[in-house]
Amino acid sequence: MSETAAPNDPGGGRASAPAVGRHGDMLRRVGGGVRYTDDIHLPGMLHAKIVRCPHPHARIVSIDASEALAMEGVHGVVTGKDMPIKFGIIPWTPDEYPLALEIARFVGDGVAAVAATDERTALDASRKIKIEYEILPYVTDPHEALARPEIGLGKRGDSNLSKHVALEFGDVDRAFQESDVISEADYFFEGSAHAPIETHCAIGHYDNEGLVTLWSATQVPHYVHRELSRVLQLSPARIRVIQPPVGAGFGGKSEPFDLEFCVVKLSMITGRPVKILYSREEEFYAHRGRHPMHMHFKVGAKRDGTLMAVDAKTLIDGGAYSSFGLVTTYYSGQLLTLPAFPSNYRFDSTRVFTNKPPCGPKRGHGSVQPRFAYEVALDKIAVEIDMDPVLLRRKNAVEPNSTTLNGMRVTSNGFAECLDAVVEASEWDDRRGKLPYGRGLGVAASSYISGTNYPIYPNEMPQSAVQLKVDRSGRVTIFSGQSEIGQGCDQLLRVIVADELGLDYSSVRVVSGDTDLTPVDLGAYSSRGTFMNGNAALMAAREVKAKLREVVAEKLSCPIKKITVSRGALCHIDDPSRSVDVTSAIQLAEAKFGTLGSVGYYKTPTLGGDYRGGTIGASPAYSFTAHVAEVDVDTETGEVRIVKIWIAHDCGKAICPVIVEGQMEGSAYMGAAEAVLEEHVCRADGMHVGPSLLDYRIPTSLDVPDLEALIIESNDPEGPLGAKEAGEGPLHPSIPAIANAIYDAVGVRMDHLPFTPAKVLRALRAKAAAAGSEDAAE
Amino acid sequence: MRVELLVNGQERVVEMPPMVRLLDVLRGQLGLIGAKEGCGEGECGTCTVMLDGEPVNACLVAIGQCNGREIITVEGLAEGEHLTPLQQCMADHGGAQCGICTPGMLIAAEALLRRERSPSDEQIRAAVAGNICRCTGYQRIVISIQEAAAARREQSEGPR
Repeated sequence: MSETAAPNDPGGGRASAPAVGRHGDMLRRVGGGVRYTDDIHLPGMLHAKIVRCPHPHARIVSIDASEALAMEGVHGVVTGKDMPIKFGIIPWTPDEYPLALEIARFVGDGVAAVAATDERTALDASRKIKIEYEILPYVTDPHEALARPEIGLGKRGDSNLSKHVALEFGDVDRAFQESDVISEADYFFEGSAHAPIETHCAIGHYDNEGLVTLWSATQVPHYVHRELSRVLQLSPARIRVIQPPVGAGFGGKSEPFDLEFCVVKLSMITGRPVKILYSREEEFYAHRGRHPMHMHFKVGAKRDGTLMAVDAKTLIDGGAYSSFGLVTTYYSGQLLTLPAFPSNYRFDSTRVFTNKPPCGPKRGHGSVQPRFAYEVALDKIAVEIDMDPVLLRRKNAVEPNSTTLNGMRVTSNGFAECLDAVVEASEWDDRRGKLPYGRGLGVAASSYISGTNYPIYPNEMPQSAVQLKVDRSGRVTIFSGQSEIGQGCDQLLRVIVADELGLDYSSVRVVSGDTDLTPVDLGAYSSRGTFMNGNAALMAAREVKAKLREVVAEKLSCPIKKITVSRGALCHIDDPSRSVDVTSAIQLAEAKFGTLGSVGYYKTPTLGGDYRGGTIGASPAYSFTAHVAEVDVDTETGEVRIVKIWIAHDCGKAICPVIVEGQMEGSAYMGAAEAVLEEHVCRADGMHVGPSLLDYRIPTSLDVPDLEALIIESNDPEGPLGAKEAGEGPLHPSIPAIANAIYDAVGVRMDHLPFTPAKVLRALRAKAAAAGSEDAAE
Repeated sequence: MRVELLVNGQERVVEMPPMVRLLDVLRGQLGLIGAKEGCGEGECGTCTVMLDGEPVNACLVAIGQCNGREIITVEGLAEGEHLTPLQQCMADHGGAQCGICTPGMLIAAEALLRRERSPSDEQIRAAVAGNICRCTGYQRIVISIQEAAAARREQSEGPR
């Protein structure tokens, strides 16, 4: 890396401060020129619609598509019988058919699909498909799911159980006996939806050579590739999955969905390309949003602030299918042990099936809910022992280069600096507890994985890879399997490779997300992109860099170690006037070594606890976050206005600071929205209360707080240039920080999400009534 | 129905049933894919275009209402391959992440900047309140629009 950048170079030559956004993909995105999946039109393309079950649980008695097929413009119909093989993102729990085979399990479950010349005709035809149902008993409440095993939504049909995990570390009961104070309460986290503005979209094309191409708005082209092959019984070598730029995901597009199988199967039947674009209503049925969780949390501490034990019992409402549920159930306990935690811990998490849209991974998978409960419990303990809640967290913080009690290896850890940053920026010491009634500050903290250490299907191959093509024109093309979903992974690769080779950013092009063109990367989930794909890119770039330095050293007749890379040229470290421009260096290297290119990949080290489930939650690095939230509570209406959130996040190293800040702000706002606005709810009869953006209230520009992003850099020893994740971690503390701020403002505890005016008002009245009766008693 | 339109400065004629959505005509016959369909019911605003200078949701406008009217889509904002100051500011300040709301956001902001030289933060937030962004938390969009307003003022006043 060089400090001698060209004067007009906006990047300044420093990896930590490139002016991202001036180059490449970002320009296309602001110009309206990005082609998302729905922007692709193929000649002769048909449009299809999926017919969805109107009942929460029903047996499909018969399907009669003859009337639909007789309509002009209708080309084909598929049902569950055309694709009778189960799939699922987790290899141990495949429980979905592309279209329901015999039983539909929620209102919105796909049952048939029809392709026609245009969307309107497909919609009309979908209404002509006659489906006879036998309505079955159903369950929509997770407690009832436990009480009524005879509904039989579980694997063997004798329960509604999806997954149960119980783990214990240390001596929990004894630690509680030794505790001076114990906080014990029930917390409830209502589910929420991703609501990306681009709904799911897919185009299938079966060509006359028998090759299948699928374009899909997915975060995981590789897993879609595998499951398409398995379900449609085609060799993976005959399938190509292309992932165009995605109009955001947040976890909602990280597994295969019905439409991907349907467009391919319909294309195989009709011989024409077939597109499906989910309606906004269908987006809510496809769901995979954050799980509702009922959490009973017991936390014990000594009066001096030493945390003693945590005992958590959690009931998880999984909806109709497994999705990532096995992992969710582990994550609900495993990801809690950082950054400040006692050394005795027990958790017992149960995920049950209900006849509702399936839940899955939303930004901060499985851990945002328990984080809310735990961080609020810590605040209660701080009040009980009269200690600053920041100090309580400092006192119990897990050290850098340590191992958590559940066996997770911690390397870099900027947690203390995160606390310092939010305390200073929010003027915490001067203002907490001292603001006028109705106004308050709250703190919360969290930690998150930089990728899961183990792939979803066990294998020894790299998790991520890139290939570089180095052209004698001076242009480098990066082929990467990563999925650009708006998080900026293409830009990250461009910056890493350009800085490594001394290229201008505009000389580096990224081709990503295409199973024919790019090496395998497992996808955009679990905050793995920067760490794993970044390391792969760095490895590939360094291989080329070594060759460039070698030929330049020969040219300048000096030792290789004297050659350094600056922006635009490789030069002698002691005399920068002796240099060779990068393009010439590439040509020299091509002459010496032959056609230039390289491969870089990332494999995780062996990590995790030595017990069943001990690898779930293991990650090569953990990010750390602290938030302070300021709220204004209207005591007349109960409305909570979130004034500001200070977000300090240890991302290791901010390779693209504007993107890191954007992820921090976007995460914090999304959490804040879950705190006060969003709830994804179905009625007791299984009907969604409002599958639209009018009823599901996501914030507009008028509903969001001020956000201040404070980047903390701890320089991770294994991260690319020291970097760790920034896309999911910064969401976690928003919700508990807001809950704790409400307590600071008006003295009521909000243990049930979301904090609606009605709930806040009820809590205020209950508090007033309790105070009244105390007065009366005195 | 024969409908005459002025689209991004060009006269276009389409033959369409009157109730076909303007969005489908733009994205289909006219090949202007900048406006996106995010909900089809006027809630998300990603299909926003300017109709006679006013931002509208193209998914809620029937083509029959558009005869003889002027439409500007995001494709009509850039001057050739050059970005407008607003687009440049969005790129510089991280006003776009996934980019799917950006076409509509740019149109809503452009409509504001055409009538307000120096909009306040509140005016900006109100102007884009019909355009949902799920990625940014809006802060960088507001900053981008503020910066664009400043750049436009500078442009119109010329160098000092």
